[in-house]
Amino acid sequence: MKFEGTSSYIATEDLKVAVNAAITLERPIIVKGEPGTGKTMLAHEVAQSLGAEIITWHIKSTTKAQQGLYEYDAVTRLRDSQLGDEKVKDIKNYISKGKLWNAFESNKRPVLLIDEIDKADIEFPNDLLLELDKMEFFVYETGETIKAENRPIVIITSNNEKELPDAFLRRCFFHYIKFPDPDTMEEIVNVHYPEIKKDLIQEAFKIFYDIREVPGIKKKPSTSELIDWLKLLMTDDVDAKILREKDPKKLIPPLHGALLKNEQDVHLFERLAFISRRENENLE
Amino acid sequence: MFINFFFDLKQASLPVSLKEYLMLMEAMNKRVVDSFNVNDFYYLSRSALVKDERYLDKFDRVFGHSFKGLENSEGETEKEIPEEWLKLMGQKYLTDEEKKMVESLGGWDKLMETLKQRLEEQKKRHQGGSKWIGTGGTSPFGAYGYNPEGIRIGQKESRNKKAVKVWDKREFSNLDGDVELGTRNIKVALRRLRKFAREGVETELDLDNTIKSTAHKGYIDVKMMPERRNKIKVLLFFDVGGSMDAHVKICEELFSAARTEFKHMEYFYYHNCLYDAVWKDNKRRYNENIKTWDLLHKYPSDYKVIFVGDAEMSPYEITYPGGSVEFWNEESGETWLTRLLNVYENAIWLNPIPERYWERISSASIIKQIFSDRMFPLTIEGIDQAMRELNK
Repeated sequence: MKFEGTSSYIATEDLKVAVNAAITLERPIIVKGEPGTGKTMLAHEVAQSLGAEIITWHIKSTTKAQQGLYEYDAVTRLRDSQLGDEKVKDIKNYISKGKLWNAFESNKRPVLLIDEIDKADIEFPNDLLLELDKMEFFVYETGETIKAENRPIVIITSNNEKELPDAFLRRCFFHYIKFPDPDTMEEIVNVHYPEIKKDLIQEAFKIFYDIREVPGIKKKPSTSELIDWLKLLMTDDVDAKILREKDPKKLIPPLHGALLKNEQDVHLFERLAFISRRENENLE
Repeated sequence: MFINFFFDLKQASLPVSLKEYLMLMEAMNKRVVDSFNVNDFYYLSRSALVKDERYLDKFDRVFGHSFKGLENSEGETEKEIPEEWLKLMGQKYLTDEEKKMVESLGGWDKLMETLKQRLEEQKKRHQGGSKWIGTGGTSPFGAYGYNPEGIRIGQKESRNKKAVKVWDKREFSNLDGDVELGTRNIKVALRRLRKFAREGVETELDLDNTIKSTAHKGYIDVKMMPERRNKIKVLLFFDVGGSMDAHVKICEELFSAARTEFKHMEYFYYHNCLYDAVWKDNKRRYNENIKTWDLLHKYPSDYKVIFVGDAEMSPYEITYPGGSVEFWNEESGETWLTRLLNVYENAIWLNPIPERYWERISSASIIKQIFSDRMFPLTIEGIDQAMRELNK
């Protein structure tokens, strides 16, 4: 089982090594990186390239570790017992399986994506330590032990909102997806839009990386935003010439809404455009 | 060899553990990567040993150091920039006067030789520091102006014509915890302080849990939980003026991060050392100051105290009455600091000056002693440690 990237996802060499190490050693891998650099996408692509089933567990601030294992619906059982329902005799009827249970049960090695683990409570990763290490857990209500038949490939993403505990990190591989350089970016774009015009890409990239360099910008546009923007440029059939336009009146790139997601950033840009226009007028 | 590498990492205070090392060995054993390819080994070891992007840069440096020379076996030929290029460039950009200076230093060959030496020295003096030689200082290099043309005189490697080794690119340098301090980073570091906001004796009724537990067991089962403690309360003291001017930006960042992070935060200014009064507005510091005694009585001892200052002054300003440079202080700064520390158990000092200089500044050593070693550098790392300390 080796991950080599897919036709729709460009994986850098270091990412491949990290993922393959996690697959071979059957340990979780933590993926961090700027928003929009394809962290979540990675899990889907790994699953696709290995032909494995993907089980996703999206973490929210209220998610508890126990919910990933199983939940015991005591309230329903109490009500059923008062109604004299037959179901009440078997406790198993009130246990609903969590994502981890599903993953452990799978008869083919699945990919388990634990998405945005940093959203949960700080203790959340600690509560999953043993479960992810041993890939087994105990169900108190029924007294059975659930053990993974095939240790799933666990991919965990984090946006760095909270720090993860050391003990948890020690058991995982780690990869930081850095922002792609222009060459890799071109590959990525080619994968998404093979029919895009070369000159359009070049001009768009220039603008894109320039925007990322603007000092004081609040939210730097990322890969996914670039892809969206290119799509808009293509559907609107914007000519590369317009992007090349050096006329300061048009300093704000066309369809900038896809790149600048923040009101302050748009203001910043307008201000810069205004300043450069005034400077130009002074020169004349 | 790998063991040495592991210890090198430890020495560079990267948080690596035996478990991770064994994991790496296991991965090597299972042939995750072709073990003869140093790049792959680099990727693998990075992924197994580094768990936080803050440490990536440090890791790259240690890796480069530990496996120096290894990459040559891969057949990467080192090529120097042809000397003629530099000479030509020199002729193009140097004035006659400068050309004479080059001659006086022994000509190009000598100059290049010295440059090489200088590079070597610089690498040793501050590893991983700025890679640029001669940013308009006294060094003859850079002054001659091949920098403007963008020739980057970095470590030996960057004079190769071939691409730089991956780890020598140091792409993660701005993620290093010791280097970058943005408000977001500071906030993340400060967050450590609110980590234990709901801990302690269980005194409050946990309604959700009680209902759940009652339904579960079939009888009323009361569940309690710790009281949600009033969020952390902080007193911030900023040193202003004088030698602190150089650190204004970083203090501003810390201030704005702290303001959003802590609900109960009070800040005060002082100059050099704490004496009998502090103030809240620098414009009116002489009219509207606050007596330190009042402060000690007003804020209860569960406040956490953070001092920010470079602790750079004459030792007399701390140890002797009347030592202050600005007014006659009846009691010494030390007395006041000790008084404050007696009230507030949790207190730390953040120092914007890099840690390695502290020992050489005697006033910093004294303050560090007064604070029983609870002085931390004003870096992400430092704040992080400081917050842990405050949590104790």
